Amino acid sequence: MNVWIAIALTAAGCYLVKLLGLLVPAGALERPLVQRLAALLPVALLAALTAQQTFGAGDSVVLDARAAGLAAAAVALVLRAPFLVVVGAAVAVTAGVRALGW
Amino acid sequence: MAERTAPPVIRDSAPPQGKPDAAVVRDALGVGVAVGLSGFAFGVTSAGSGLSVLQTCVLSLLVFTGASQFALVGALAAGGNPFTAAAGAFFLGTRNAFYGLRLSQLLAVPKAVRPFAAHWVIDETTAVALAQPSRRAARLGFTVTGLTLYVLWNATTLLGALGAEAIGDTAAWGLDAAGPAVFLALLAPMLKTATERTTAGIAVLLGLGLLPVLPAGVPVLAAALAAPLVLWFQGRRMGPAAGAADPSGREKETR
Repeated sequence: MNVWIAIALTAAGCYLVKLLGLLVPAGALERPLVQRLAALLPVALLAALTAQQTFGAGDSVVLDARAAGLAAAAVALVLRAPFLVVVGAAVAVTAGVRALGW
Repeated sequence: MAERTAPPVIRDSAPPQGKPDAAVVRDALGVGVAVGLSGFAFGVTSAGSGLSVLQTCVLSLLVFTGASQFALVGALAAGGNPFTAAAGAFFLGTRNAFYGLRLSQLLAVPKAVRPFAAHWVIDETTAVALAQPSRRAARLGFTVTGLTLYVLWNATTLLGALGAEAIGDTAAWGLDAAGPAVFLALLAPMLKTATERTTAGIAVLLGLGLLPVLPAGVPVLAAALAAPLVLWFQGRRMGPAAGAADPSGREKETR
């Protein structure tokens, strides 16, 4: 049940913010500070999520095969690889490192 | 993706060097197919996090913004309560409001179509639409990217969710690295200046540092504070005089 509550809230919230952007008259959200905050907020969230899902295990911080996978993704990004290759590199390297028993 | 550039230049009358439709469609398909196929990783991750096939598919059908979906199932898997988990996913989705703001001028979506077009306002459709030289090309790019991505993302989500059991231990296949890799791929193009990099660095420290002390899901929300924090410090450093005029191009724009 808890999961359905989370799904319903996320679906409603995410749809409404998408719609809001299209409906709000241009200018209402054009204050420079609001714009810059909106640009920075995803940066902060994505960075925190990347770190947590790479180094987090429950409520502790660990270094495991996922770190190698993320490093591979970073290399792929630097080489301007397509999206799917970036994700594939992370998955393959993580699996490979685990297969080696790390 | 959420690059912080000047507002889109809207050229109502397409210049003669306008891109041929085939080129627009090719770009849009490239993005749509590549990202759409990664719905498989989401399906597997979500099912591996303990969500049912139906719950997983409903997420892709109704939320349809990958980072929020990964964030939600990640937070639920980590034991977060439904409200903090949804809050994290929601905050991550707020960037789409700003995409919509730029797209509404660029695409000039008719009022009746807006509720439908809104669902496709995401990183990839915005990136493709903003890259086009004319309104016609932008509309075409947005529609083709949105359609391809929506169909493929949902189809591969279903396949991934169904296949999760067959795959067995998703960790052994490295699929738990797909989520962070997606986040990193979305984040990388945003790290253009010292401001973004500092924000990301502080957010990482907050997100990991608070992990042992705060309940699951909350550290990510706390890490979001890095954004206002960095802006506040920047405002102080530049002083009130500089704060009034935004240095990021508003003056240049009106020149």
